[in-house]
Amino acid sequence: MSGVSKSRPPIYAMVVLALALCSKPAEAHLNSTGMGPIYDGLMHFLTSPEDLVPALALALLAGLRGATYGRQALFTLPAAWLLGSLLGLAAAATTGSAVLSSFWFLLMGGLVAADAKLSLRVTTALAALLGLYHGYLNGTGMGQSVSAILAVLGLVLAVFVLIALAAAFVVQLRAHWARIAVRVAGSWIAASGVLLLGWAVRGS
Amino acid sequence: MRTAQQHRWVHGIAVLAILWAQSAFAHVQKGEAAGLLTGFLHPISGLDHVLAMVAVGLWGAQLGAPAIWVLPVAFPLVMAMGGMLGFMGVPLPGIEYGIAASAILLGAAVAFEVRAPLVVAALIVGFFAVFHGYAHGTELPPGQSALLYSMGFVIATGCLHAVGIGIGVVHQWTWGQRLLRAAGAVVAVGGVFFMWQAFG
Repeated sequence: MSGVSKSRPPIYAMVVLALALCSKPAEAHLNSTGMGPIYDGLMHFLTSPEDLVPALALALLAGLRGATYGRQALFTLPAAWLLGSLLGLAAAATTGSAVLSSFWFLLMGGLVAADAKLSLRVTTALAALLGLYHGYLNGTGMGQSVSAILAVLGLVLAVFVLIALAAAFVVQLRAHWARIAVRVAGSWIAASGVLLLGWAVRGS
Repeated sequence: MRTAQQHRWVHGIAVLAILWAQSAFAHVQKGEAAGLLTGFLHPISGLDHVLAMVAVGLWGAQLGAPAIWVLPVAFPLVMAMGGMLGFMGVPLPGIEYGIAASAILLGAAVAFEVRAPLVVAALIVGFFAVFHGYAHGTELPPGQSALLYSMGFVIATGCLHAVGIGIGVVHQWTWGQRLLRAAGAVVAVGGVFFMWQAFG
């Protein structure tokens, strides 16, 4: 090679090595709020309709059934979401299935629209499954750093606040038309699930 | 002619620039808000959709409970089936005729205050909902979130029903009943216009 000594590595090779060694995390699955990982996790939940809407539907369903159901969902869903996220953090990255997401929209929206008189046990089981599934998906996309755990905490906090506010709002509704309006919202969620399913089928 | 030394510097700067790239942030919600807004505006921006949706609410108000809420619940669900067909690219002929016919028949039902049984009313409304949903489903702009677009047009459709139900509150008065029937006639005439346009 003309002009290049074989015993001396080129200077840019050392620069490349230095930069490669201090590479930054991909942050591929989180919105960056610039306010730290807790807020990143919180905003991730609030800006992801695939997560937000089924959780909201569960809050509406529990709220329609009364305060006991609301309290049960209030603690079950965030706890299951946290557990699912922690399991997801330890797992390899995966992508969620749009068909399964549409299933949750259809199921939860349909139950709200039908004002389904589910038992407390079944509602709690639904909350646990919903939290585990969505939490797991959230966890797998966040990497395995300390900031990912903080992001999960922010996300779970957002789930807790959403359930608390939405379920409490519905529990205190007494007017017949107001409860009908909640059921109509459930039909909108189910309808969105049907459309999401169509999109998923087209994509596959 | 550049020397080997100059080439090394060029290569070095190029590699430096590549490695200096910042985090990907691949999940930033670009296009999401636009999808929701586009979906929301789609039913509202088309007068044919607006007339038919409001007519559903008006008819529900005339029929009273439980039709007043069964029809607005049934419509989005069946409309979503039509939207799903649209998303999937399943061909469905005569969409514009179906939408125009929905305005004509639903307007006529309000104008003549047709007291159809609940199941029949739900079937009529559901049948036409497929055409409206299909039209929404085929017009998803590229690059926008299908889910948020879907949620947008479902919510907008529900809001238009609510407008119809809100107007239908006047049904409790005699003058209000006449007003609703006149509104139904206007919807039907609008439907005839859109049918004429579809044939044109």
